[in-house]
Amino acid sequence: MVAVVFFYIFAIFLVISAVMVISARNPVYAVFFLILAFFNATGLFILLGAEFLAMLLLMVYVGAVMVLFLFVVMMIDIDLKEMSRGFLQYAPIGSLVGIIILAEIIMVVGGFTYDASLITTTAVPIPDVAEISNLEAFGLLLYGEYVFFIELAGIILLVALIGAIILTLKTTNKAHRQDISVQVARNTETAIEMVSVKSGQAFSKNDTIKMNKKG
Amino acid sequence: MVEYFLTHIWPVLSIFVHSLAILVVLLVVIAFLLLLDRKIWAAVQLRRGPNVVGLFGLLQSFADLLKFVFKEVIIPSGANKFIFIIAPFVTCTLALAVWAIVPIDEGWEVANLNLGILYVFAISSLGVYGIIMGGWASNSKYAFLGAMRSTAQMVSYEVSIGFVLITVLLCTGTLNLTEIVNAQKTSFGMFGWYWLMLFPMFVVFFISALAETNRPPFDLPEAESELVAGFMIEYSSTPYLLYMLGEYVSITFMCALTTILFLGGWLPPFDVVPFTWVPGFIWFILKTVFVFFMFGMVKTIVPRYRYDQLMRLGWKVLLPISLGMVFIVATVIFIFDLYPNAA
Repeated sequence: MVAVVFFYIFAIFLVISAVMVISARNPVYAVFFLILAFFNATGLFILLGAEFLAMLLLMVYVGAVMVLFLFVVMMIDIDLKEMSRGFLQYAPIGSLVGIIILAEIIMVVGGFTYDASLITTTAVPIPDVAEISNLEAFGLLLYGEYVFFIELAGIILLVALIGAIILTLKTTNKAHRQDISVQVARNTETAIEMVSVKSGQAFSKNDTIKMNKKG
Repeated sequence: MVEYFLTHIWPVLSIFVHSLAILVVLLVVIAFLLLLDRKIWAAVQLRRGPNVVGLFGLLQSFADLLKFVFKEVIIPSGANKFIFIIAPFVTCTLALAVWAIVPIDEGWEVANLNLGILYVFAISSLGVYGIIMGGWASNSKYAFLGAMRSTAQMVSYEVSIGFVLITVLLCTGTLNLTEIVNAQKTSFGMFGWYWLMLFPMFVVFFISALAETNRPPFDLPEAESELVAGFMIEYSSTPYLLYMLGEYVSITFMCALTTILFLGGWLPPFDVVPFTWVPGFIWFILKTVFVFFMFGMVKTIVPRYRYDQLMRLGWKVLLPISLGMVFIVATVIFIFDLYPNAA
């Protein structure tokens, strides 16, 4: 009973906020509505008994990805007229992609509802919630069954990471870099330079050199 | 009827009473911790600190509370009113929400989650929203810059906090905070707690906790000398109070988390008679206050970091250390077959 009530609360807010994401005038509001949508999805996951996925959604998407989204949206000045001009032009392609995704979701989820025996045909059947904890199930699957794919994904991400750094790294000599080891290695001999300046004359670098030669 | 009450209303009521109890105690404790913070600061600088309101200034925080509440709320005309008002509430609510799973003594928590650590990590990673919303909605350059700094800072240090948590999890084999404390219950007393075994991680966690909660020396978001008060600059009265409260609640939470992860939670330092007489929650509070004292001392003796130094410390020093420790701990566990008993 309670679960049903909560399901409808989360589901309704999820749908409303998802609609608001694409209809909000202000892009910053759109991002906030997307965050709200993620929150409600988290609630739905918890209702389904997938706490690990719920926490992951909160941590990765809301905690990290959306922060970067918000960063970008707040920083750049988005011209809404400019953006909405191409709306009709891209509407057919966009709706086609949407319809394909919807059809695939209906096929996958609806297939199980239509014929329950289809679940047994999956490569690794979903274990019962009471049988194994969320975390353990994920761990066994990701680091047992699909360990090579995880490692492959890790390597691809590492390459992407290094690539992104290489692309944006500009090495110029103008930047003042702080070298902590040089700073720490300084002592009274290397840090202080005794200079004798002749009266009535400006200090020039040559004086230092002379002075050093004299010892 | 009675059965319906027992299954549906009683649990809700019990959670409500638990939450209320922890909130009231927490807020009163924080009022005195705030005073302690100012007293430590004053003592190091050879001042007296607040000493007028109440005996030794004990009621200073309550006087401040009244002052904040009775001031006028000023909302800048250029601000986005809804987000401006809601931002401090987000900060404060999220800061209080994590306290739901803190085990103050065996079984003394509102919720005993199996994914406790993940919950902590998820909620604390949301804390950045209160700041970024406030900074953006204020429609002020200072506030926005402060929010930007804060976001980058919190996201950076969360990474190393995550790796610290992973090393602790490797040693305990569970994400449940109560079981993490129980895993530290060895015959070595306080030397069996993780602060000794994982000493580098203890230090990394302490530094990251300072940065994560915007405590000095990492209080760049509100650097007085350059950003005036950072993201809080446009805030006044109760919204400002909520920001400050949220900040101190999360600082206290970080102290409590340090206690749970590294200082053995409610466990007595030695499992012999005079120590075991003291109830667990007293030990927990003593340890938390000790960590808070260290937070306060850092505030007084370490000068504020420059922004690039902060980023360097987070990404080039703490991250490699914590990543290396994850690898070392995992390897040691693997080689010597020290797997913790799976829950």
